Amino acid sequence: MLKDKYKDQIAALFAKYPPERKRSAVMPLLYLAQEEYGYCSEDAMREVADLCGMDPTEVKSVVGFYTMYYEHKVGKYVIDVCDDLPCVLRGADKFVNYCEQKLGIKAGETTPDGKITLNVVMCLAACDRAPMCQVNTDYHYDLTPDKFDKLVKELRSK
Amino acid sequence: MDKHILLRDLDVPNIHELAVYSQHDGYVAWKKAVTSMKPEEVINVVKDSGLRGRGGAGFPAGVKWSFIPKDVFPKYVTVNCDESEPGTFKDHQLIRSNPHQVIEGTALCAYAIGANVAYIYCRGEFREPARELQKAIDDAYAAGLLGKNLFGGNYSLDMYVHLGAGAYICGEESALLESLEGRIGQPRLKPPFPAVSGLYSKPTVINNVETLANVPPIVLNGAAWYKQWGTEKSPGVKIFSVCGHVKKPGNYELPLGKYSIQDLLDMAGGSMTGRPIKAVLPAGSSSPIIPAANFHAKLDYEAMAAIGSVLGSCSWIFMDDSVDMVWAARKMIRFFKHESCGKCTPCREGTHWALRLYDKLLSGKGTIEDVNLIGDVNKQIIGKCFCPLGEFATSSMTFTLKHFKQDYVDFVEQKKGGSEVYLQELARDHHLHELHSGVVPVNGIAVH
Ligand SMILES: Cc1cc2nc3c(=O)[nH]c(=O)nc-3n(C[C@H](O)[C@H](O)[C@H](O)COP(=O)(O)O)c2cc1C
Ligand code: SF4
Ligand code: FES
Repeated sequence: MLKDKYKDQIAALFAKYPPERKRSAVMPLLYLAQEEYGYCSEDAMREVADLCGMDPTEVKSVVGFYTMYYEHKVGKYVIDVCDDLPCVLRGADKFVNYCEQKLGIKAGETTPDGKITLNVVMCLAACDRAPMCQVNTDYHYDLTPDKFDKLVKELRSK
Repeated sequence: MDKHILLRDLDVPNIHELAVYSQHDGYVAWKKAVTSMKPEEVINVVKDSGLRGRGGAGFPAGVKWSFIPKDVFPKYVTVNCDESEPGTFKDHQLIRSNPHQVIEGTALCAYAIGANVAYIYCRGEFREPARELQKAIDDAYAAGLLGKNLFGGNYSLDMYVHLGAGAYICGEESALLESLEGRIGQPRLKPPFPAVSGLYSKPTVINNVETLANVPPIVLNGAAWYKQWGTEKSPGVKIFSVCGHVKKPGNYELPLGKYSIQDLLDMAGGSMTGRPIKAVLPAGSSSPIIPAANFHAKLDYEAMAAIGSVLGSCSWIFMDDSVDMVWAARKMIRFFKHESCGKCTPCREGTHWALRLYDKLLSGKGTIEDVNLIGDVNKQIIGKCFCPLGEFATSSMTFTLKHFKQDYVDFVEQKKGGSEVYLQELARDHHLHELHSGVVPVNGIAVH
């Protein structure tokens, strides 16, 4: 249970908000749950609901609303490539094609070994360094097929 | 300008470190304010500077602060670091490369309005830069610049970073507050405005990261100093995020009202492709597009309004003449359909139907009647939405049609739709849509 395993961390999260506003911690707690379980499972959402005194269905609606919470299992590494307008002007569309080809999957899918999920996403506020992506929210800039090959090799070896 | 006021990392290496920032006037304004200025004096200097909000709407910051009632407690400062408008990446650079100036500006705002708690709301995708911002906050605490009884007096201030989780609408201030309170990010009815009833129904100032980064130098050097740049109605300096088909994309800090759009394009190295630049979006996907014929306009709030556009978030997306405006508009509609929070029907359904029309055009099945329908769909959205996002969504359609109608006509008449590239793009989006709605699981693993 998160409650026991991350006691101090959870207490520190709640301390950021007024004591009667436990609900404000729902988003950071969902991140914690997602890191622990890989995605926001029904059980995880129930745990989080318990912690911040919310109804489980309310927590579920939060999970459903925001794109960064996963309701289903995803790969160990999630590669989010931006394919919004500014990035595409600088070649992101061709880059996504390359990523799909290299990984042998389509955007939105996960490699059969469960290691890598490839996604395309909206602007990530780094349009000057396109093509770009995030790997589990760490930024990678000025990408080329070579750089992507290296990145994938590194992820596979981890 | 010989020196940067905001993007100081370009002049001073490692200014993100507290020691370096401190050697370069860092936290001098902060100490001065807490130890020798009344809160109203801080408000007045910011008011006198004429500093306008840099998040989009351009509302005068000092005036906003003065709306906060004196006798209601507690009060809050909420910093808008949601930065999700396509083409905008200035706040990203600020919190990474000059975080202490953002922290100091936030602190000054808190002191000015009498708040003891400030939240910096960063979009969820900023987890990595937010970590660096948090480190800077930790360092400021350790140095006695944040926390209890600052500088030996009785003013105390706590500052926290709160991460969103992927939703453009949370940049809208009332949706941001909803999100911070642990709910889905749907805008609130206004009034009451946040100054009266904001976070936890208490008086709250919400300012953009860049707005607040301007405050320390203003408090330190005075309003007259700041007004040496800019025009009467657009005083000071502004960061221009420049991207798209330019040779040197990046952030450019410039005095307002001095340079033209063409100057900005030249500074960014001109066209990357060698082809002529056809148009620019001055404030990302939500702004009225500006054709090259208007590149003589000066870069300030008034001049942009005069040519029928906006300065807004200042995200300049330049496009060369290879860009088909039908395609570009579709890309933008796709964005807004994805980001509509779903609270009101005209926006939720309108963006859906608009995207279907554009998809039809791109697929090659569109007719001139479909082009004419775009205007009808727009009419169902404009003026009927709960928040400005719906309106933003229409501007890509309205203004590409206004300035580049010929692109639409040619698109249909010359049967440009249905090309391999377009079909591939449509197929990708369609596949993602099916995955998201759970229609097709992949490898037994459906992706949210
Ligand atoms: C749909 C929508 C998205 C917005 N996104 C942002 C944003 O990402 N960052 C921001 O500072 N302001 C954004 N704004 C503007 C805010 O609502 C608000 O006006 C601003 O944060 C006020 O700060 P300022 O006065 O310092 O500009 C957005 C507004 C709308 C309607
Ligand atoms: S206009 Fe769109 S984003 Fe704004 S409240 Fe309505 S549905 Fe939500
Ligand atoms: S459009 Fe890709 S990061 Fe902005």
